[in-house]
Amino acid sequence: MFLYNITGAGVARKQPIAINQHIMEQKKIWQSFGELNQSEAYNKDVKDEFKEELPFVADESKSFLEAKAPRRDFLKYLGFSTAAAAAAASCEMPVKKSIPFANRPEDVVPGVSKYYATTYVQDGDVVSVVAKVRDGRPIKLEGNDLSHVTEGGTSARVQAAVLDLYDTARLRFPTIDGKEVTFEAADKSIADALTGLSGSVVVLTSTITSPSTKETIAQFLAKYPGSRHVTYDAVSYSGMLQANELTYGKKAIPSYHFDNAKAIVSLGADFLGTWLSPVEFAKQYAKGKKINEKNPEMSKHIHFESVASLTGSNADEKYLHRPSETAAIAAALLSAVNGAGVTGISNPKLKAGIEKAAKALSENKGAALVVSGSNDVNVQVIVNAINEAVGAGGKTINWAVTSNYRAGVDADFTKLVEDMNAGTVGALLISGANPSYTWFDADKFNAGLKKVKASISFNTKEDETSVLCKYVLPDNHFLESWGDAEAKTGYFSLIQPTIYPLFKTRQWQDSLLKWSGSSVDYLAFVKNYWSVKVGGETGWDKALQDGVINPATAPAVSGAPFNGAAVAAAVAAATSAKKGGELELVLYEKVGIGAGQGASNPWLQELPDPVTRATWDNYVIVSPALAKTLLNIDLNNGGQADAYEVNPPKPVVKVTVNGKSLELPALIIPGTQENTIGIAVGYGRSEKIGKAAAGVGKNAFIFAGLSGSTVSLSNSAVKVEATKEKYPVALTQTHSRYDTAQGNRTEVMKELTLSEYKAHPTEIRDEREAELKPYGGLEKFEGQGTIYPVYDRPGIKWGMSVDLNSCNGCGACVVACNAENNVSVVGKPEVLRGHEMHWLRIDRYFSGDMDNPNVVFQPMMCQHCDNAPCENVCPVAATNHSSEGLNQMTYNRCIGTRYCANNCPYKVRRFNWADYTGADSFPDNQEGIVNDVVLNMNDDLTRMVLNPDVTVRSRGVIEKCSFCVQRLQEGKLAAKKSSRPLEDGDLKVACQQACPTHAITFGNANNKESAISKVRVENPNRQFYVLEQLHVLPGVTYLAKVRNADEEHEGKEKHEAAPEKKEAEAKHEAAH
Amino acid sequence: MPKTLLLSTLLFLGSFFAGSVAAQDGKTLFSTNCASCHAVHKKLTGPALAGVEDRWPDRTKLNAWIKNSAAFLKTGDAYANNLYNEYNKTAMNLFPGLSDKDIDAILGYIKSVPAPGSEKPAAGAAPVEEGDNTLLFGILTLILAVVALILLQVNSNLRKLSDERIGEPETTPIPFLRNKRNIAFIAVLLFIVGGYLTTKGAMGLGRSQDYQPEQPIFYSHKVHAGVNQINCLYCHGGAQEGKHSNIPSVNVCMNCHQAINEYKGEKLYTEAGVEVDGTKEIQKLYKYAGFESGKPYDATKSKPIEWVRIHNLPDHVYFNHSQHVKAGQVQCQTCHGEITKMDEVKQFADLSMGWCINCHRETKVQFKDNGFYSIYEKYHQDLKSGKMDSTKGVTVEAIGGTECQKCHY
Repeated sequence: MFLYNITGAGVARKQPIAINQHIMEQKKIWQSFGELNQSEAYNKDVKDEFKEELPFVADESKSFLEAKAPRRDFLKYLGFSTAAAAAAASCEMPVKKSIPFANRPEDVVPGVSKYYATTYVQDGDVVSVVAKVRDGRPIKLEGNDLSHVTEGGTSARVQAAVLDLYDTARLRFPTIDGKEVTFEAADKSIADALTGLSGSVVVLTSTITSPSTKETIAQFLAKYPGSRHVTYDAVSYSGMLQANELTYGKKAIPSYHFDNAKAIVSLGADFLGTWLSPVEFAKQYAKGKKINEKNPEMSKHIHFESVASLTGSNADEKYLHRPSETAAIAAALLSAVNGAGVTGISNPKLKAGIEKAAKALSENKGAALVVSGSNDVNVQVIVNAINEAVGAGGKTINWAVTSNYRAGVDADFTKLVEDMNAGTVGALLISGANPSYTWFDADKFNAGLKKVKASISFNTKEDETSVLCKYVLPDNHFLESWGDAEAKTGYFSLIQPTIYPLFKTRQWQDSLLKWSGSSVDYLAFVKNYWSVKVGGETGWDKALQDGVINPATAPAVSGAPFNGAAVAAAVAAATSAKKGGELELVLYEKVGIGAGQGASNPWLQELPDPVTRATWDNYVIVSPALAKTLLNIDLNNGGQADAYEVNPPKPVVKVTVNGKSLELPALIIPGTQENTIGIAVGYGRSEKIGKAAAGVGKNAFIFAGLSGSTVSLSNSAVKVEATKEKYPVALTQTHSRYDTAQGNRTEVMKELTLSEYKAHPTEIRDEREAELKPYGGLEKFEGQGTIYPVYDRPGIKWGMSVDLNSCNGCGACVVACNAENNVSVVGKPEVLRGHEMHWLRIDRYFSGDMDNPNVVFQPMMCQHCDNAPCENVCPVAATNHSSEGLNQMTYNRCIGTRYCANNCPYKVRRFNWADYTGADSFPDNQEGIVNDVVLNMNDDLTRMVLNPDVTVRSRGVIEKCSFCVQRLQEGKLAAKKSSRPLEDGDLKVACQQACPTHAITFGNANNKESAISKVRVENPNRQFYVLEQLHVLPGVTYLAKVRNADEEHEGKEKHEAAPEKKEAEAKHEAAH
Repeated sequence: MPKTLLLSTLLFLGSFFAGSVAAQDGKTLFSTNCASCHAVHKKLTGPALAGVEDRWPDRTKLNAWIKNSAAFLKTGDAYANNLYNEYNKTAMNLFPGLSDKDIDAILGYIKSVPAPGSEKPAAGAAPVEEGDNTLLFGILTLILAVVALILLQVNSNLRKLSDERIGEPETTPIPFLRNKRNIAFIAVLLFIVGGYLTTKGAMGLGRSQDYQPEQPIFYSHKVHAGVNQINCLYCHGGAQEGKHSNIPSVNVCMNCHQAINEYKGEKLYTEAGVEVDGTKEIQKLYKYAGFESGKPYDATKSKPIEWVRIHNLPDHVYFNHSQHVKAGQVQCQTCHGEITKMDEVKQFADLSMGWCINCHRETKVQFKDNGFYSIYEKYHQDLKSGKMDSTKGVTVEAIGGTECQKCHY
């Protein structure tokens, strides 16, 4: 039996099925340690949907009157609420005004959204987007399908960027020494300061991809002889840039083609989550992972890493190593690829892994790719050599088109810091960069900054660096800006404003132009710059409308001449690298927060990290093995696992590196190397950048350091001590689980390996058939499996399909759903209580052994069951079924019994425990109940992001995924207006549109030509419904995850899995 | 820009109605095509059309002018060019969809309209009111109740007499309000009446049927849409494009009111019976528009007019005008009442959910005409085979129009 499909104990069946008997023996897929151990607390916990005691439940031992809330209280409440309702009702209807435009612009119709192509730019990250502008307010960003780079994909950060526009912490006017001034006054003061300056002028920016901005900088620098431009990236790619200069003679990063690769080896590069251009790479990677059922082939991805990452979780095979071994592994891989065998690696598992990787690469020469996330020049030189050896150049690596996302060289910045301290820098103009927070030796930078006479910041918020600058001239948000971006050479994306600047801000390019004595403003500058290139006014208009300028013909993928002279030295350095200490540290970026750019965005803070499923904090990631020795928590011991897992407070550890220390809570994450800990950067930011960032986590950049000339985000000599403190971490992993006699959550995931699939393609189908046989089998299950009638579905039947092979868990869909559907932010205290409101969550499942398990992600949303258990139990019919197959939720009818949530097998219904939105009639029921972040989301400015087509829910009602019904209605209306049947192109649901990998298909399943029907017809073997045997008839199908791993790799280990586990299971069985 | 806006809106309207033009009579043609700029006996944006045939030198020229005024101007015709200059070079819309027959019909209609003052209203025709029987029934009920009461009294007296005669001991009479039966009866009655009134009151909360607020300008729909037959969509064009039926911006008003600066129609009265000076109301508009008579109109000087909103739906209701006006082909009057007879607009319907649902149950969708519904194959077959009553057609309800999430999401 190879399926990981496990049936829960005690499923009532007419005929026991042999296949299930076998499965019952091994419980291989698990979400939490308690589930793995079947611990007591876990089993108790899962019995209740809602964790709190209900307010009116009396203590059973006492009479009703002596109970906490006796009858008199009840009557008081009743009396008060009646009086309140009467008072509210007697209010007169307010007189509302309807104020039309004075002169309506010809193309603006109130209530009809306009779409403008523009570009998301953030410190070198570039994603072409289309902004949905409703009545003058941008409210949603979608990917731009015309872009040849991202092809309409987005990420969680892109989706959340629209909220940053309405951030209350944005600077609202220019300041000198913290005092408000006009731009004219600031210009004059700065002009005075710049003339007769003793030191040089330096423009310090994060990576700039905009060609026109580069030109404005050049113009500005030309006016000040001896001035220079320094690029500084918070997370540096300096190692790569320098290695490429050594081996290819170009200080640049090539573009990668993961879609052309049949064998992908990543040495710690999180290319699906945070490395370089994840949206682009996720799309390419998913192409290699799509399975054609008739001819199943897919790429193989072998991943080496130290701390569990998003990309590692998606790998076909993953090997763990110490961070200090990175160079040695690269050298060993090079040696193995060159046929000289694996040298210098003693760990047998790791050695086998490298051999396997070398084999996969060698077998796929010309279709192989190696990437590394290391910032060590030597490692990157070796990686270049491996890529040359496997023929990657011109196939999977393209030197004809370079990637411009990162251009900062660490040595330039260290020199700048030296110069500043030496007092030779007279003026520093900062845009985007924030070294006072992200530079490991921030004190030194700050000391230098004090010596700079004219320090000017263009940052949009009073961040750690700006607060130290004399002049602050806030820049516009990108949605208020003009501009351009060149993500990759020849692939341009234009930026146009979608709203008039909200505050007294000015584009920083305008300032530069002004100060360099230019007569034109930046808009004219950009327009001139492009009009010449694209054929005048009409060309410019067209380019603005498209948002992108692609090369007429894509340049052929080509390599570059390789100079191997540096390789030998690099290998020598790698093999002689010093061994790590007892414990080592890896600093990493989170998908949502990045290097701190997302820290002030409540949507991103509340987005659970894909791997750890934690929100609102950073923490120390430790392996189960380290937890045992360091924290005395043995996860195979049910009691200890429970004590750790069920209570939110986690043990706090003290991490010390080079005399600096931080105290952070520890999270135990399987798939982490046992001697390595991981801490996310981007936290512990200044409270001045927003309520969401205030007091959240601690700054781990202080643990970075220089290794040679480049910054290293790992450290091989770390001291970790347990403390007696505990600190609550808002983990969502253990929320929304519910085991019943009818089935448990481990049944919801199906996973198999490619070889199994090839050997027995119909395995999943056969198993479903066997399970449903007593009820009519797959064909007749709908009619025979129930006593309810089968209803007609005339016209439209909405359906969704999620391909678990394409989904990599990045979370773009979750944030897109928040933005589209006005999903409330609830804040950390509420997440701790399991009150998060996300309509769409991505469940993380582990399978296999605890040290290095496989990970599968599963987006879970309302399944829109045709025989929905929630509908039957609603006493007021607030949730019911539509003829189009929607499970409808009517807020105005809901009285908040929560029976539906209790009866939902998927746990996707959310209850508004408090007035998160300020939608209630009574104004004082927020204070003291919801925290500052939630109150800030209700600010008039922040509320501008709300989608006017979706009701803002008030306290006391249930809500859940609606399949974006507002978009379905809009799509249908468009078809009706033009008198034609509905087509796939008429609508996309928000999660589907946001997904960079097209994992989600949606449409009218009654239409045989629709994409959803085709997916279902073309993938009969991988398709399954979650908890199908309950006969709830879900409207969402999933396509099982197929992993391109050897069967025995996981299989054997699993059978030998910890004997305690089997004992625990036996006990559990006996208890029944 | 206002000119282009006017032009494009009218062009759009023109094409919108073009399909069904041929069979219509002159009056309809006139009101759909001409009435927004011309009146028969009055100068509006364009000249008064009475006697237009006599003014033009040649009937074929007139036809050419109507169909494509821009092209005709280029021929250099003197009369046309004079006319064009006289009206401040305001271009007349193009009506390529009008046939010669149509133009004949329109001109025929123009001739048939008598000059103002020449016609007396048909006197003496008393309005036929629909009988309201409530009063009658009420009186009848009252009489019956009195009769019943008297009979009861008689009955009780008779019983007393008979009891006396038989010699049965006289029971002590219980005062009316001490009688438990009476108390119970009154209590139940009070409960029922009170419950009914409370429920009715509660259901009426937040509804404002007949709401008729005072507006910043006494704008009479009766004068515009009724007397002058301006198409609703000329001002409220958003109703067929999007969710809102937009209130026109000042420049749309000024399209016509640059030329129309006084009101000479029937006397206007507010609901309270106070007479309103129409010309003064137009002056109010000019104030908002920043327009002074005799000077060129500068749209950038306008300030928006703060109208009082009449129709309010709760936030949890989604209503889309274009769904009803464009896809459903519902007349504005269905929901807004006889707007052409209202001076100040009042809310016609109570906008309650029951009212919406009733309409959705009864109204047929454009099942055969709209290609969207071709996917409902089963219904098409049932209609053909007679399983479904083709005279009743497919209602909005039949395609799911009464489901919660058609309006609540």
